[in-house]
Amino acid sequence: MTPRVYVPRDAGALSLGADDVVTAIERQARRERLPLHIVRNGSRGLYWLEPLVEVDAGRGRIAYGPVRAVDVPGLFRAGFLQGAPHALHLGAIEGHPWLASQQRLTFGRVGREDPLSLESYVRQGGYAGLHRALELGPEATVRELTASGLRGRGGAAFPAGVKWHTAREQAAAVKYVVCNADEGDSGTFADRMLMEGDPFALIEGMTIAGVTVGASRGYVYLRAEYPHARRSLGAAIEVLRRAGRLGSDLLGSGRDFDIDVRVGAGAYVCGEETSMLESLEGRRGEVQVRPPLPAVKGLFGAPTVVNNVVTLATVPVVLARGAEFYRGYGRAGSHGTLPIQLGGNVRRPGLIERAFDLTVRELLEDYGGGSATARPIRAVQIGGPLGAFLPASQFDTPLDYETLAAMGAVLGHGGVVAFDDTVDMVERVRETLRFCAHESCGKCAPCRIGSVRGEELVERIRRGFDRERDLALLAELCDTLEHGSLCGLGGMTPFPVRSALRHFPGDFRGTR
Amino acid sequence: MSTHRPQELQALVLAITARLRDQPGPLLEVLHGVQDALGFVPGEAVPLIARELNLSRAEVHGVVSFYRWFRSTPPGRHVLRVCRGEACQSMGARALEAHALATLGIDCGQTTADGAISLEPVYCLGNCACAPAVMLDGELRGRVTREDLDALLESWGAGQ
Repeated sequence: MTPRVYVPRDAGALSLGADDVVTAIERQARRERLPLHIVRNGSRGLYWLEPLVEVDAGRGRIAYGPVRAVDVPGLFRAGFLQGAPHALHLGAIEGHPWLASQQRLTFGRVGREDPLSLESYVRQGGYAGLHRALELGPEATVRELTASGLRGRGGAAFPAGVKWHTAREQAAAVKYVVCNADEGDSGTFADRMLMEGDPFALIEGMTIAGVTVGASRGYVYLRAEYPHARRSLGAAIEVLRRAGRLGSDLLGSGRDFDIDVRVGAGAYVCGEETSMLESLEGRRGEVQVRPPLPAVKGLFGAPTVVNNVVTLATVPVVLARGAEFYRGYGRAGSHGTLPIQLGGNVRRPGLIERAFDLTVRELLEDYGGGSATARPIRAVQIGGPLGAFLPASQFDTPLDYETLAAMGAVLGHGGVVAFDDTVDMVERVRETLRFCAHESCGKCAPCRIGSVRGEELVERIRRGFDRERDLALLAELCDTLEHGSLCGLGGMTPFPVRSALRHFPGDFRGTR
Repeated sequence: MSTHRPQELQALVLAITARLRDQPGPLLEVLHGVQDALGFVPGEAVPLIARELNLSRAEVHGVVSFYRWFRSTPPGRHVLRVCRGEACQSMGARALEAHALATLGIDCGQTTADGAISLEPVYCLGNCACAPAVMLDGELRGRVTREDLDALLESWGAGQ
């Protein structure tokens, strides 16, 4: 067979020169008159090996990485098109312990094939979920989703089935499905990988939501910082419309469903659902008081299901394989799998989907391989810029919803960022407050004003004038923020601040 | 970019509003359309947009100023966004940003005097596993070193 050469089109791989690698491979193949077929797949999520090139000459896929354009002539000389040995040779990537030890349910297809080929999507089990949902009917579909234990993976961890149930119960002619793709939490990239690497799965999940709750219209609210995801979603929607899988009378079911992508404009707070709906309606993304819940009165006043990308892309798996199958993964309260995003200062960063069965230490050492700078890891921040910091003494903490909540931390969207021992926790706290000030929508005074005052306080603490008084004032400010804010931006800013003060007191007293 | 004559600006804005006005809640889409075409949302466009979408000028201005993505002034010929997310910071993004600013002789959010380059902060480009990351006119780069940045700025005609 003509060798197939896989080079990811994922933004992370592109950011490391994947397109240059493709150009170099094509040029060399022409020069040597060797036929080959290039496939642009998503990323497998082993980012330290990107650009990760795989070759299939009929005996399975053999990986090489990280490949730079300058490596390409040497790879040809070594005979990489036949999977021959080379310094960058990695063998079959699916046998790599980093990947083989994962439980990839949501990310099962990501990185395998061309994400815009509907034929390979269906061949890999795509649309089995929608077919089952249509067979079951709306009521049983909601029951299935509830029974699976799937909780919102965007951060709030609200049971997905409950939201759908509420939206379905509303008697309204117009309802909406909104996908929250405003993946603003720094340290997270699972939504991006999925939208680029398996956009059909997200759209299938939204379609299942639509036929289940009785909505014929969906929106993806995508952050402006993700141009690659915007292109892949746009292309995927076109493919599905042409194939009759979006639009009217889906698969002969008599149901209509279509979606549009709406692009945000650089406001972190629009990841909060009420603020996102404001933004979708074309207004300032200011947080609104709940109730009413969006499932009752959401977009344009209509009942609206709002779920995050990973949640919606998991729905087809739950339907296709059944609630029992999905629930069989994970533990009480944390069912199924969680795509963890490991980033920052580690040797082997990337996407690790596991069934809530890892400790922080296992994540950092077994997967991360320690720090990239070969220094001790001093702290990790879990759950985005407003997640708590954990010191090394807490690295045996298991990564599940309940354990983290019990210790005043959050799992959030599953982002884990590692810092080595050069990290200055005073600076981290100042960055947290600066971020809160930068992103505050201005609705609540504690967030709008307190964040700015907090940043000033931290500067005073650093200078050391009346430090104990200022530290007490900062603690008090945290209480005000927590209890006096409508949404998670002000309400969660205390998480990193308090955890830093508690676990790294020396940094704040100049005694470290 | 800022040399559009009033009639041209008006025609451009009206073409965009005509295309999008029947969508529900079209204001952000319209503003994206204007900024994609011009690089920014000129103050002169605000009353036109307001009239066409049946909104008050204050409402349109309020939205433009709320969202950091929208600019009211023209950007440089190139825009460099340096990620300020935690993962990038853990890999030296702040030092990278400081180096770029020193080379360009500007502050964050500013444009060089010759109009060549604007540098803007961004909180997370979603490239946390390839930190530190920057975006150059919409092109993402990862594991960026000081040398990478120097080469890039030089190719954009900045610095020395």
